[in-house]
Amino acid sequence: MRHRLSAVLAAFCLLASPAQAGEAAPRAEDPLVEKRLVAISSELRCLVCQNESLAGSNAELAVDLRREIRTMIKDGKSDGEIMDFMVARYGDFVRYRPPLKGTTLVLWFGPALLFAIGLFALVRYLRRRNQAIADRPLSADEQQRADALLDARDSGQ
Amino acid sequence: MNKFAWPLIGFIALVALLAVGLNLNPREVPSPLVGKPAPAFSLARLDAPDTTFSPQEMHGKVWLLNVWASWCVSCRQEHPVLVELSKRNLVPLVGLNYKELRGDGSIDMDKVDAASERRMALERAAGWLRQHGDPYTLTAMDLDGRVGIDYGVYGVPETYVIDKAGIIRMKHTGPITPDIFSGKILPLIGELAK
Repeated sequence: MRHRLSAVLAAFCLLASPAQAGEAAPRAEDPLVEKRLVAISSELRCLVCQNESLAGSNAELAVDLRREIRTMIKDGKSDGEIMDFMVARYGDFVRYRPPLKGTTLVLWFGPALLFAIGLFALVRYLRRRNQAIADRPLSADEQQRADALLDARDSGQ
Repeated sequence: MNKFAWPLIGFIALVALLAVGLNLNPREVPSPLVGKPAPAFSLARLDAPDTTFSPQEMHGKVWLLNVWASWCVSCRQEHPVLVELSKRNLVPLVGLNYKELRGDGSIDMDKVDAASERRMALERAAGWLRQHGDPYTLTAMDLDGRVGIDYGVYGVPETYVIDKAGIIRMKHTGPITPDIFSGKILPLIGELAK
């Protein structure tokens, strides 16, 4: 088990560096298949360790699912068909990029909506504050007091 | 209105949102299989390894499918509930033994050929049931976990409630507690059995 796992990991590492991509071939796996496997499984969540992708996880189930995906690729299934296979079993949650539909609207637009609300509140607050501190002419009474104060200072000198 | 009213309302709304979020169980992923027909399979039976079990045999009955394995620690936790359930003879309880050997991380599967895997898995599973009690009407052996994938199994134990037409009506991930059993599963069984 552990051997096979490290072999798979080694294959991933080799594929990750473009310079050596050609040399990944010695492993019996077809490099094109492996490349698609990495591309697809990077889009999928590992359900056992939920913050890892299926490509990066060492969980038992992730190994099984990668094997399953590899088989499907070899059987000539399209990426879309493989995605559908996964979603039919584990739900939209397995996709790191969930589809846009009724139940995911809040997920997609919630943050933008919160931002818009925040921006609106900020603009409104700033406008109001501006109005509150806008210059307004002194009333006659205030003018008189100001003059009196200024006179007092002038005469004091 | 007080000038603090709106920020306060916003703050309370945010706290409420976070409180709900924190109380959700991230392990509980809604299964897309609920409301869909139980995936077909044909697997060897633990009690009679030369015969197979397939879900079609349960057609016309309300039944439970419980995914378990001897290496699964949480299965031990829910086992008394299942034994209790079987004593009450309410519905057939079918076990799906999930990756008896392969799921047990301590075995190097490269050194085990298919025939010995089958033999060892049957021995281990039967031994475990002898030790802890066998609540299952029968158990089907999913050695490589392929059927588990079709059922969207990602954490053993898992339990499915399947109706007379073979439609999955509920899936529970994790051990069945007495609360879940009497609060959720039992009422559903009663309703489906009508």
